[in-house]
Amino acid sequence: MSAGPASRAWPSEGLARVPYWIYQDEDVYRREQERIYRGDAWNFLGLEAELPEKGDFKTTFVGEMPVVVTRDESGAIRCFENRCAHRGALLCLADRGNAKEIACVYHNWTYDLRGDLTAVAFRRGIQGKGGMPLDADPEGQAPRKFRVEVFCGLIFATLSGKTPVVERYVGPDVAARIRRVMKEPIKILGGYTQVLQSNWKLYFENVKDTYHASLLHLFFSTFRLNRLEQKGGVVVGGEGGSHASFTMMKSDLSGDEYEKAGMRSASGGYALQAPQMLESVDEIGDGVTLQILTVFPGFVLQQIMNSLAVRQVLPKGVGRTELVWTCFGYASDDATMTELRLKQANLVGPAGYISLEDGAATGFVQRGTAGASERASFVEMGGRTVESNESRVTETSVRGLWQQYRRHMDL
Amino acid sequence: MDVELQVTVENLLSRYVHAIDDDRLEDWPGFFVDKGRYRITTAENYERGLPLSLIYADSRAMLADRVSALRHANIYEAQRYRHTVSSTLVERIDGNTARATSNFQVVRIMHSGDSILFAGGRYLDRIRLDAKDLRFEEKIVVLDSCSVDTLLAIPL
Repeated sequence: MSAGPASRAWPSEGLARVPYWIYQDEDVYRREQERIYRGDAWNFLGLEAELPEKGDFKTTFVGEMPVVVTRDESGAIRCFENRCAHRGALLCLADRGNAKEIACVYHNWTYDLRGDLTAVAFRRGIQGKGGMPLDADPEGQAPRKFRVEVFCGLIFATLSGKTPVVERYVGPDVAARIRRVMKEPIKILGGYTQVLQSNWKLYFENVKDTYHASLLHLFFSTFRLNRLEQKGGVVVGGEGGSHASFTMMKSDLSGDEYEKAGMRSASGGYALQAPQMLESVDEIGDGVTLQILTVFPGFVLQQIMNSLAVRQVLPKGVGRTELVWTCFGYASDDATMTELRLKQANLVGPAGYISLEDGAATGFVQRGTAGASERASFVEMGGRTVESNESRVTETSVRGLWQQYRRHMDL
Repeated sequence: MDVELQVTVENLLSRYVHAIDDDRLEDWPGFFVDKGRYRITTAENYERGLPLSLIYADSRAMLADRVSALRHANIYEAQRYRHTVSSTLVERIDGNTARATSNFQVVRIMHSGDSILFAGGRYLDRIRLDAKDLRFEEKIVVLDSCSVDTLLAIPL
């Protein structure tokens, strides 16, 4: 599937074209691991609320690199590579738990919650025999430690000392839209993982693609919940790879652009028997019924009516991606509000009324482009550049992704 | 063991999975009482006491909505399921209600011919016995795995 070096140049049309080899090439995938995930991007690791107590830990990934995320004795969130200094075995096998220290099962080398090697079994041998040389320095091979920033309860990590703080990395407009949702302490409702048979970038483009939302996802448009003539907008932040799109729902819609255009998604006439599920509460108080926000390279924050969730996008090979969903509410929610969120969770996830298609659509591109490495996507809705836009009939935030991606990848 | 109860409950489960596997989804809500609850969750959520579901309905009307969305709104590639249900343990709660716990596996067959073991886990059922036909008051589908391949359109 590898394209020849000559064809690896980005198309001359710039951000308005995305070469298909970018989703297929093993070398590109390896470079992404170095230059993006282990480079100077902020990687989303989870919610601070997942680690409420000192000693709580979870295991996850930065790109393909396994990592441990902990809350240490001082209460600070830490992240380090999940790899023993000795032979490179996974240090931590559990998905989550609480511990005072972490010991590698292989030879019992022991680490504290910051990832510092604190004990090497039989370092000085037994009864004067065996053991390591006195000048041995296994600490020099210790798991790599990440710089961690908790922004609005979201845990981000990077190996780079140069990456600007999260607020500057995403830009003020996107930061304000994170604050808008993460406005108070949260309560985790649960989660699941969705396996996508596609490259990670196809999913990240999909989330940023405001153009597809009402065309692929018929459920919303049938009920007039996200038609493009509704008021809303797209803001692009940071270097282009972060964005927020939002919709202000009107309940008495008279727009008929879809009917005029004869779009498939306007074929209506079917009603829900139990529409109570869609009776949302304007809990943030600004009339925004739907907001989708991304932070490059792998974070999604979702407010779909009262369904709140974060999604972590994890690459698992050129043609495979895991999407880790965590749905939440606010700690102050009463039982009625929690029940509403649980019902509106029907909209999202692998079985979601308005999201199940995304699981398949990215795979359709992966499969559709199998014989066309040298060709490119045509991305000119809303122009050929990157800027915030009041219309959502635009691919501006998709182009923004490629702007930031190309800078990281030097492509 | 109440053999008659055991046989009747197993018959209910067999009719339920055949309706889904034969693509008679319009019959699916009818296996529940009017205020029947149905949810699909993962073993991890279930064991941690987290209430989130992949699919959650608390009435036959919500189940009917799921079917009409699948028929008229949602887009997904042609696929079928083949359910296997086994090891059903039945326990009578009172004169009108029984509890049943079963193992299940679902093979998903795509139009391309690809078949995978798509889902496996437990059915935790509470069943109303006094109706002419047995019906589910509650059916909790607990997936053993925390992950789902691509999408979950057809119910389990």
